[in-house]
Amino acid sequence: MLVTVTAPTELESPVVDPDVWVDHPWITVVWNDPINLMSYVTYVFTSYFGYSKEQAETLMIQVHEEGRAVVSNGSREEMERDVAAMHSYGLWATLAKDGPGT
Amino acid sequence: MSDQVVHGFTRSATGRIVLRIDDLERGLLSSLLEQLMEILQPEDREVGDPLQDLVGIDAHAEPPSDDVLARLLPDAYSDDLEAAADFRRFTERGLRQDKIAHARQALDSLAASGAKVTVSPDQAHSWLLALTDLRLALGTRLGVSEDNHDELIARAEQDPQASAIHVYDWLTYLAETLVRCLQSED
Repeated sequence: MLVTVTAPTELESPVVDPDVWVDHPWITVVWNDPINLMSYVTYVFTSYFGYSKEQAETLMIQVHEEGRAVVSNGSREEMERDVAAMHSYGLWATLAKDGPGT
Repeated sequence: MSDQVVHGFTRSATGRIVLRIDDLERGLLSSLLEQLMEILQPEDREVGDPLQDLVGIDAHAEPPSDDVLARLLPDAYSDDLEAAADFRRFTERGLRQDKIAHARQALDSLAASGAKVTVSPDQAHSWLLALTDLRLALGTRLGVSEDNHDELIARAEQDPQASAIHVYDWLTYLAETLVRCLQSED
C-alpha cells in the first residue's frame, strides 16, 4: 500500500512507523464490489476508522480503481475485529498477514 | 416506486432525519426487510451446545452456498480456508443477529410511523446498514455489475420478473439520501 499512496494526507497513517510495523504485521483489506455506493464506503471509513474525509475518499477511490485497499493494520485480533465490523457494514473485507504479495 | 415524487431521507430544520414514504413504498420496504431477516436467520440445529449458543459460537457454520448469503456473510480470509472456517464458527452467528437487529429496528420504526418517519441517530445507523444489506441481497440476485445497469433496465422492460432493478434503484436512492443526511451532521 505504501508505495501506491499518492495523497500526502496518507503519510499520517500509522503504517509509516517502522517499530509499529514490526509489531503489527496484519492488515485489513477492503475489496471493490459493484453494489456498495462510493459515498457509503467513504462514510464507513470516516465513521468506523476515524479517517478524515480526504483520507477516506483516497482509500475509497483506491478500492474502486485498484480493486482493493489496505484500510488498517495491527495485531491479528485487532484486524479480526475490523473485518467483522466491515462485514457488519456490508463491505467485502478480509485480513491477511502482511508481507510480500499482500 | 409510483409516479409520485420520491423524497427519501431529508434533514429537517431542527436537525432530525426524516423519511417520507407512501403506503405502497412502506409495504414494499417492510416486506423486503422481513425477507432479509428470514434469509439471515441462523439455521436451527437439533442439538445445540448451551455454552456455545450463549457465546454465539456455531460449531457447524459453513460457507453459505447461496450467493446472497455468501455476499452478506463473506469469508474473512481469502487465502486460508482453515482460518476462514474458524472465524466463521466464532462470528457468523453474531453477524447474522447483528444484521437481523438492524433490519428489525428499521421495520419497527416504519411500523410506528405514518407517512413521515422520524429517525433517531441510532435508528439512522440501523437504517443505513439494513438498506445496504437489502441492496447487497437484491443486487447479488440481479447480477448487478459495474457496467450492466442499462442492460438490466432494458431487460426489465421486456420481462416483468426483471423489474426488481427498479426496486434496487429506489433502495439506492434511499441509501444515498441517508448517507447525505449523516454526512451533513458535522
